[in-house]
Amino acid sequence: MNVPEMTEPEINVKPKLRVATTSLAGCFGCHMSFLDIDERLFDLLELVEFDRSPLTDIKHCGPCDIGIIEGGVCNAENVHVLREFRANCKILIAIGACAINGGLPAQRNHLPLSIVLEEVYHAQHGLVDGFIPNDPELPLPLDKVHPIHEVVQVDYFIPGCPPSGDAIWKVLTDLLAGREPELGHGLIHYD
Amino acid sequence: MTIQTRSHAGYLDPILVKHQHNPNNLLQILIEAQQHYGHIHTDAIAHLSEQLQFPRSKIEGVVGFYSFLYLKPQGEYRVLFSDNITDRMLGNMDLMERMCAQLWVESGKVSEDGLLSINTTSCTGMCDQGPALLVNNIAINHLSPERVNAISELIRERVPVSSWPAEFFAIQDNIRRKDILLDSHFQPGSALSVLFRSGAQRGLDEIKASRLRGRGGAGFSTGMKWEFCRDAVGDAHYVVCNADEGEPGTFKDRVLLNGYADMVFEGMTACARIIGAKKGFLYLRGEYVYLREHLQAVLQRRRQQSLLGQCILGNDDFSFDIEIHLGAGAYICGEESALIESLEGKRGTPRNRPPFPVTNGYLDQPTVVNNVETFAAASLILLNDGAWYAGIGTATSSGTKILSVSGDCQRPGLYEYPFGVTVAEVLEDCGARNTQAVQISGPSGMCISQAEFGRRIAFDDIPTAGAFMIFDQRRDMFEVARNFVRFFAHESCGFCTPCRVGTSLLSNMMDKLANGHGSPYDFSEIEKLNVILQSTSHCGLGHSACNPVLDTIKKFRSAYEKRMIHEDFVPAFDLDFALTQARQMTGRDDSSAHLERLNEPR
Amino acid sequence: MNPDKQTFTLDGKTIPFCNGQTIIQAAMDAGEYIPHLCFNPEFKPHGSCKLCTVKADGRTTASCTQFAQDGMVVESNTKEINDERRVLLQMLFVEGNHFCPSCEKSGNCQLQATAYELNMMSPHFDQFFPDRPLDASHPEYFLDLNRCILCSLCVRASRDVDGKNVFALSGRGIKSHVIVNAQSGQLGDTDFAGDDKAAQVCPVGVILKKRVGFSVPIGKRSFDEQPISATPHPVVKEA
Repeated sequence: MNVPEMTEPEINVKPKLRVATTSLAGCFGCHMSFLDIDERLFDLLELVEFDRSPLTDIKHCGPCDIGIIEGGVCNAENVHVLREFRANCKILIAIGACAINGGLPAQRNHLPLSIVLEEVYHAQHGLVDGFIPNDPELPLPLDKVHPIHEVVQVDYFIPGCPPSGDAIWKVLTDLLAGREPELGHGLIHYD
Repeated sequence: MTIQTRSHAGYLDPILVKHQHNPNNLLQILIEAQQHYGHIHTDAIAHLSEQLQFPRSKIEGVVGFYSFLYLKPQGEYRVLFSDNITDRMLGNMDLMERMCAQLWVESGKVSEDGLLSINTTSCTGMCDQGPALLVNNIAINHLSPERVNAISELIRERVPVSSWPAEFFAIQDNIRRKDILLDSHFQPGSALSVLFRSGAQRGLDEIKASRLRGRGGAGFSTGMKWEFCRDAVGDAHYVVCNADEGEPGTFKDRVLLNGYADMVFEGMTACARIIGAKKGFLYLRGEYVYLREHLQAVLQRRRQQSLLGQCILGNDDFSFDIEIHLGAGAYICGEESALIESLEGKRGTPRNRPPFPVTNGYLDQPTVVNNVETFAAASLILLNDGAWYAGIGTATSSGTKILSVSGDCQRPGLYEYPFGVTVAEVLEDCGARNTQAVQISGPSGMCISQAEFGRRIAFDDIPTAGAFMIFDQRRDMFEVARNFVRFFAHESCGFCTPCRVGTSLLSNMMDKLANGHGSPYDFSEIEKLNVILQSTSHCGLGHSACNPVLDTIKKFRSAYEKRMIHEDFVPAFDLDFALTQARQMTGRDDSSAHLERLNEPR
Repeated sequence: MNPDKQTFTLDGKTIPFCNGQTIIQAAMDAGEYIPHLCFNPEFKPHGSCKLCTVKADGRTTASCTQFAQDGMVVESNTKEINDERRVLLQMLFVEGNHFCPSCEKSGNCQLQATAYELNMMSPHFDQFFPDRPLDASHPEYFLDLNRCILCSLCVRASRDVDGKNVFALSGRGIKSHVIVNAQSGQLGDTDFAGDDKAAQVCPVGVILKKRVGFSVPIGKRSFDEQPISATPHPVVKEA
């Protein structure tokens, strides 16, 4: 066997993975749960840097390795944000019940949108001369709330309402280590 | 409520008496009860429940299962357009729209004045003379714009259906090719006389020797079925003729019952003699209710001829009679165990098998269920002999098969051939030109492409229950498959998870492709669904629900490529359209009130 | 043949069975878990949910209705079969409205626990979001058909054990649904009672007792403590 030629010693510092997070029609509970990974955040920050996220206040997402989406798709703005994430993130993760099956916001789906808007802006007790806001700044609601995988392709899912910090940690560390993420008993839950 | 209940008693009580207050006759009772109001009134259910001492939840459950039974008021005129692919090819959708426009009604809804409702229904078995419809369950064929105009006018003028022009209701047999069965000039009683002379065992031996196999499609040996049933222990044995001819594109049983009813009833009677049955049923699909009067007359004549009833042809030890039970719009009841459930007045859900009907059938007793054509063939075999019959056809498939030919050809109708005939020969005989594909044995059968027209109709090559639908080069085979998939979703009984949900998912996926939202992702999804439906479904409906899609993807890929217009996944729904309601409510139409399409078609 | 000596193998383990037992019945007696929803050992096998699908001598079949046979080789806990079961679960999840966070049965629900067992991370398909009724007419129980998976255990329990026929199936195909035995269509107008067997058998959160919801804290519920595969059946705590 030939002795291999000497090469430059490998620099043992991998570039950090870029991670973006956002909440669509959600309550930011999944983000709060994300913070529940506590001091492990420091370990995580050794491996990743954050792009667009409530943690950084960056408004638009650049090219990323991982995008994490909380919340379902209930309006036009959600669609824009979701598309931005899908276009920029190599891996897209749906986090929490709302992103995965519409969750609480989707419970309006058995009602026509017109009834919902009427009820909120016209019919409800105490509303005098109510009108449905029509400011172009406001995103229009879709007729139904959709899980994000009905609008873009999603690579991984972390169920829970919210998923525990441990579950989030498990999926992220599995992915960072190049493993197929797996939640066992106790970590996988839908509530 | 008491008063209303009493008013329902007026028409319900005679029906109840006629059916001996027997809950096993519930479906028949409901079909007759519905004649009164066009739907089953909620107070009528209360009365039936009380009189039958049978829970109303079960009665409502039965009404809810069958397409032709209604819990809510329908139009005085209930128009149902047959929606098989052959009806579509003959323009049924335009005709339905025409009628809807003429009569100011939306399809699927009852007109505001309650005069009429217009909707679609599964294939009504008139594919050789479509487009077809049912008005108050009675068939009208050969629809044309002129005929639709006339029907609209009759409805608008509130002319009772019984006074409509007789030619509207004319139904042709369209027998194009006769062989041993259709050309047999059968004399009532002739086969039974032979059977009585030779004895039941000899009769069974002849059936076995003939190697006759069930004509419903599955092809189980008729002789073995009869023998198993005869040998099964029970309080009573039953013979059931499956005339629930629901497979889209099949209409041979309609013609046999119209012109060859004696052969069918004689086959049933011979079977009864062989297995030791005293009672038989003909389960007639609701779409063929117009045949009932004729069939009753044949039965009555046969009773007079001592071919039915007590001491048949003077045999003191043999009494047998046949009752006609109607279906009410449920394809699944063509499956033999679902048919038996339906005969027992229940929802037509296929049973867990084993046990099979031959040991545990009607009322849990040994029961033979055979196709109309099988019984007719059995008469022919008994009249001649088994070896003669076995000599016709091929090694695996003896005798002849009647094909229901429809679609793109000059001479649609019935063609009887010895087994072994090639697809090409049939196409030649019926005057088919530029044929692209043939769907054989209906949506649950096979789609055959031009390269395979040399294949043969036989159990070991192309088995068939009879449907032979022809598509020429103009036809879009994707739309053919989509029509079939929608049919399965509509007809799934809902018992098992994979079929109940999977057929609807599949239908939605086909709609997604049709609506321009298709990508390779959807193809892998369809394939995944197919695996699960085939392997885990409860019965044949679920197992075969993906066949039309799989066959056409394989053989007519270009029809699908056309729909695979996006490289990447797109949603099944139109995002911009999903904002329509919000735009209307807010009066907005600015640019941010719209969502542009991503992944424009490549 | 000595009937006591009859056995089959389940994923390589030898399972004894008596004549007339189906695969799942024998497996359960031997303490082996095969995923299931419409099967309940107290009732005659029904065979509709198909979660208990196995391969018996190479043939795919529902293990609740397939009779065990001597020498049969049954595969159950394989990737291929579990993948199929997961798809069936996903079908059940999209067919109804299963919002676990707001369901009293969460943590004690067999559908949910079975989905955990089979690592169902998402419902995968597009949601049907059907419009289904909630019936609170009964003084002690309510009926939330959003969560119904059509296992018909309530139908069977009421018919076969309670002798009441409070529940029945109506509709067909994807429109199949549970109805109750009252002209008003309301549970409160039936003779349904809290000590009915039908009140105890729902594997999901359709038939629930009022005023006891969420009484067991998260972490202490049936399937928080151990996975369904390790939970003796049918010990499910009140929601």
